[in-house]
Amino acid sequence: MPLTIADLKKGQRAIIIDSSSENIPLKLLEMGCLPGNTVELLQVAPFHDPMYLNINDSYLAIRKETAALIIIEKINE
Amino acid sequence: MSKQINVALIGNPNTGKTSVFNALTGLNQKVGNYPGITVEKKEGICKLSRGVKAHILDLPGTYSLNASSLDENVVIELLLNKNNKDFPDVALIISDVENLKRNLLLFTQIKDLKIPTILVINMADRMGRRGISLNIEMLEQELKTKVALVSTRKNEGIQELKTLIENYKNLSVEPCLDTSTIDSEYFSSLKKAFPNQDLYKLWVVISQDANFGKMDRNELDFSKFKTKTKSELKRLQQKETIKRYQFINGVLKEAQTIDETKATDLRTKFDKILTHKVWGYFIFFIILLTIFQVIYDWATVPMDFIDSSFALLADWIKMTFPEGGKFTNLIAEGVVAGIGGIVIFIPQIAFLFLFIAVLEESGYMSRVVFLMDRIMRRFGLSGKSVVPLISGTACAIPAIMATRNIENWKERLITILVTPFTTCSARLPVYLIIIALVIPEGRFIGLSYQALALMLLYLVGFGMAIFSAYILDKILKTNRKTFFVVEMPNYKIPMLKNVALTVLEKTKTFVFEAGKIILAISIVLWILASYGPGKDFKNADTIVEANHPELQGEQLENKIAAYKLEHSFIGIIGKTIEPAIKPLGYDWKIGIGIVTSFAAREVFVGTLATIYSVGSTLDDDDKTIKNRMAHEVHDNGSKVFTLASGISLLLFYAFAMQCMSTLAIVKRETNSWKWPMIQLFGMSFIAYIIALIAFQILN
Repeated sequence: MPLTIADLKKGQRAIIIDSSSENIPLKLLEMGCLPGNTVELLQVAPFHDPMYLNINDSYLAIRKETAALIIIEKINE
Repeated sequence: MSKQINVALIGNPNTGKTSVFNALTGLNQKVGNYPGITVEKKEGICKLSRGVKAHILDLPGTYSLNASSLDENVVIELLLNKNNKDFPDVALIISDVENLKRNLLLFTQIKDLKIPTILVINMADRMGRRGISLNIEMLEQELKTKVALVSTRKNEGIQELKTLIENYKNLSVEPCLDTSTIDSEYFSSLKKAFPNQDLYKLWVVISQDANFGKMDRNELDFSKFKTKTKSELKRLQQKETIKRYQFINGVLKEAQTIDETKATDLRTKFDKILTHKVWGYFIFFIILLTIFQVIYDWATVPMDFIDSSFALLADWIKMTFPEGGKFTNLIAEGVVAGIGGIVIFIPQIAFLFLFIAVLEESGYMSRVVFLMDRIMRRFGLSGKSVVPLISGTACAIPAIMATRNIENWKERLITILVTPFTTCSARLPVYLIIIALVIPEGRFIGLSYQALALMLLYLVGFGMAIFSAYILDKILKTNRKTFFVVEMPNYKIPMLKNVALTVLEKTKTFVFEAGKIILAISIVLWILASYGPGKDFKNADTIVEANHPELQGEQLENKIAAYKLEHSFIGIIGKTIEPAIKPLGYDWKIGIGIVTSFAAREVFVGTLATIYSVGSTLDDDDKTIKNRMAHEVHDNGSKVFTLASGISLLLFYAFAMQCMSTLAIVKRETNSWKWPMIQLFGMSFIAYIIALIAFQILN
């Protein structure tokens, strides 16, 4: 199983590897959710859902089910 | 030169587009609707130098030219239609200095439509605080445009922007991206099939989701051209987005520097508390309590004032104009009472919109959406349903319009369907008078029974909304895809001008939209109560005199009036439905109230006031509606308003769908009569059954 945004813990950063799944809304891509960009998990609501992210300097919240479609690689810090 | 320059304001949500609009137009603005849809159309006039004027159109906020909502679709339809009278001579792309990268995506798309475009970078006052510096000259050169650096908060840069608008003819219309580089093979075949069309426009039309719009897509002849499947198109859109970001990143690398060390991070500090798993909910709860306190406590002061003023006005009219004249009565009892019934809601509606505007402007509302989404989803709703449900406590009409930014159709539909269960301010007068009548005075741990009863009714309304959402979630099937993306904007201190204009605008819309209906009903009602068919109505005087020879003077007049009412058109309607509502504990007079309430609930009190004042048999010193209602008796001498019938009536009003304006809005928003009809019959059926059970148990 590849790592996705849904696996991030609060405060962790990662690089987006693939966001081409059919079910990712175009709007999310337009907000900068594209391969190569960084993503940071800033805050989570109870049950880890929704997730409040900083993607490529866009601040946005998405549901866990969408987050689980975006494949990432963690940045070792 | 007399021609106006057509200017369109385009931009992402939360970029201060409305602030720029307000700064350019001041009070020279009006809000309407685009023909046939309920998307708000804001336009205004801006005076430039030498008598030249600009017509400014504030388009709905959008992230790109790919529409995912009705609001966004408006933008695309306008920009693709050169024949539209609002087609812009120049487009202003409003962007936020802190989100330049993302804002430029939309900019490059508009630019590629070959519309003269000015890039407006707003909130320039925040640059220092965020450690951002821009090389404007380089930006202008790379983006082939003119840049206006403005700060609406400090009122800087507006004059320079006006000068740029005036000289729009000097702007370059060279595109940013060569469309064919997205997929050379596909686009060259497209070019071959439609040699006379602009390639990028063609692509925008083709790539739109077919759910939206009746754009020129149909005018294009696709018979000679093999179209791509939906997922292939989406892949191309993705490719386009990546291409655009590559271009933008290249530009910004040169023209923008950000010194992270200088950035003060207000967002992190506030978010730590406001989106906290415990404190976040606690603060939201406190804010909700404050809103209710203000709406239902402070607002009563101006409301009482309005109430008494209108009573005085009605008296004054009766005294001043010819006595007993039909026209005088129509004005005093029909029109003035009707207008008073609308105006009285202004304080509550204004306060509510004030709160919502402040919460939206400050950026807090998105945090509420974030906090509530998971909880609301359990009931088939979305975090974004919170705003409509709160707004619904003032009025369902703006609340249902506020559902528009819920992307998921099923969640949006459920929100629309259940919002009318929340206790809107139109129910309040009905609740207040009936509670005063049937709930005894007394206190329970410091709270009066009457206040508790009112609170309970709010909870019942909200509970029913959640419960029916849960049921609807189980019943409704949908194959539309779920998605949920909420932007979390920066925290900002709300700008007074923006908040004030929003409150003014929304209140005005409510008063005129709802007002028209309420006023019309008041007049119709008065006519129905003042005329009747047949001999009973015509010869009321002689019949009553013959039957009650002992009565004289005022008592006789009152008896005649009561007899007339019973045989007026409205009396006949009430009598006709009496068998159906008798099991709920109501008589024909309440029946009239319920019938008229199907147009708008607040009409109930006014109706009873009309009926009882027309049919009163009491002395002069006992004239308040409450006293008259308290003295109402059935034919057998028992009281009409008892605890049982009162509670039955309260519950009926809590659940029944009695608002034509809401039905009309639901029809417009769902584009079919199916859903408003389900609301009308479903809610009214629930109301009838519950009221029936309540009365039968309590009686």
